[in-house]
Amino acid sequence: MRSSSATLLLGLLACGSALAQVDLTGSWTPRNHEFLTGDGLPVDFTGIPLSEEGRIRALSYSESQLEMVERQCQGWPAFYLVQGPFGLRIWSETDPLKGNVIFYTIGGWEDRAPMTIWMDGRPHPSEYGLHTRSGFTTGMWEGNTLVTYTTHMKAGFLRKTGAPSSDEATTTMRFYRHGDILTILEIIEDPIYLAEPWILSRSFQLSATPQPPVGPPCVSAYEGSVGPTAPHYLPEKNPFVEEMTTKYGVPRDAAIGKPETLYPEYRKKIPPAAP
Amino acid sequence: MRACFIAAFVTLSLGAAQIPAASTAKAFAPIDITGYWVAFVTEDWRFRMITPRKGDYQPVPMTDLARKVADAWDPAADEASGNQCKAYGAAAIMRLAARFHITWQDDNTLRVESDYGMQTRLLHFNALPSQLGERTWQGYSSAQWERPASLKVATTNLRAGYLRKNGVPYSENAAVTEYFDIAPIPSGGQVLLVTAIVDDPQNLRQPFTTSSQFKKEADGSKWDPQRCTVK
Repeated sequence: MRSSSATLLLGLLACGSALAQVDLTGSWTPRNHEFLTGDGLPVDFTGIPLSEEGRIRALSYSESQLEMVERQCQGWPAFYLVQGPFGLRIWSETDPLKGNVIFYTIGGWEDRAPMTIWMDGRPHPSEYGLHTRSGFTTGMWEGNTLVTYTTHMKAGFLRKTGAPSSDEATTTMRFYRHGDILTILEIIEDPIYLAEPWILSRSFQLSATPQPPVGPPCVSAYEGSVGPTAPHYLPEKNPFVEEMTTKYGVPRDAAIGKPETLYPEYRKKIPPAAP
Repeated sequence: MRACFIAAFVTLSLGAAQIPAASTAKAFAPIDITGYWVAFVTEDWRFRMITPRKGDYQPVPMTDLARKVADAWDPAADEASGNQCKAYGAAAIMRLAARFHITWQDDNTLRVESDYGMQTRLLHFNALPSQLGERTWQGYSSAQWERPASLKVATTNLRAGYLRKNGVPYSENAAVTEYFDIAPIPSGGQVLLVTAIVDDPQNLRQPFTTSSQFKKEADGSKWDPQRCTVK
């Protein structure tokens, strides 16, 4: 009877949306068995449903921009935590009286700012509010799944190769914990640079080895190789646009992120592989 | 609060994941994963939409033995020996660029069909039989609901196959664990997330873990059955 009462109490406690249903805190090492960074070649926008405007911006990007002092530490938006190769350190701040989680923090890295997930029901700032690299994130529990919503990110990149994200982009993440595996589903919506929501996921393994809560500081320095202009290409003259085709046999339309290439029926348009 | 009391009572009465004896997996389903689902290939595009070239194994955690086997990949030999479906087994099929049709075959069996490769998986909620029979590409899958809203599937009894179409091998001793979760897309629609963990110490230095997304389709109008191909 005692255990039944305890279970009943647990069931009642579980009804508060701000109360954790599962424990997400701790260190999580990435299972990097999916090639999500996509930064092997300069023009690899495969798997990204870019809008026409997004494609033009992406093809005008030159990675030499990262030599510019003002861009060396620009970092990546919050959604990079799923795409990037690093692990996660998650911790929480608890209300000392009520016992509920006020916020979670996902530690940052050199090129990604820490992310705070507010669990106390506060609203998002107005559309004129400050935009930051990590944006503003709120969360709530749906059963055993933590669901977060991020707004107010600075304009940045969907992928390191230059596929852009605007400051109107939003991200919904769902954190699924199955035993010692944490899978994060990420839905990125961007009315300017995406033709449809971009959906990604990555799994992490619970680890006894602590993941660092912060990365090394990014220190910018003049590297002496960039002149007074921002390195770029005219979109139709990007010299790397054929590399995915030459090296891997990926059709050009797929390499430049045309939305129709993300569906199985596109396979029929792909010429047979060379022997 | 009343709903909370009811939920707590149900939790007390039923336990975490057990199906009541008088009930069925279908009646007890906490989520509905039936319907037509299309792979949304946002990850690993060049490994899934085309057959990668021999030697392009990134980033599968292969053992040295597995690499030797993959380096000897011979699609013509697979074709000649009737093994065209080696890359369509349960350890790999949910990562293929395909459409899937999920239905209830009976009250305790989910049926998962693929158009690409024309494969059928059966996810059994009944107790594991004492004899699993002949090994097959899809093996034997045991399913159970995980409260509050997930499906766990464990698959064994596989024929040896490929994790990728370019010959990355898994052995017949491989074990596959999968979790099926569903979520709404904020701007409309529904996504099915399948997290798959392939455990095969002979060929993998650590369990190979991928998670794949599928978008729900209204009907089967885009269903396009195609036989297995070796490339």
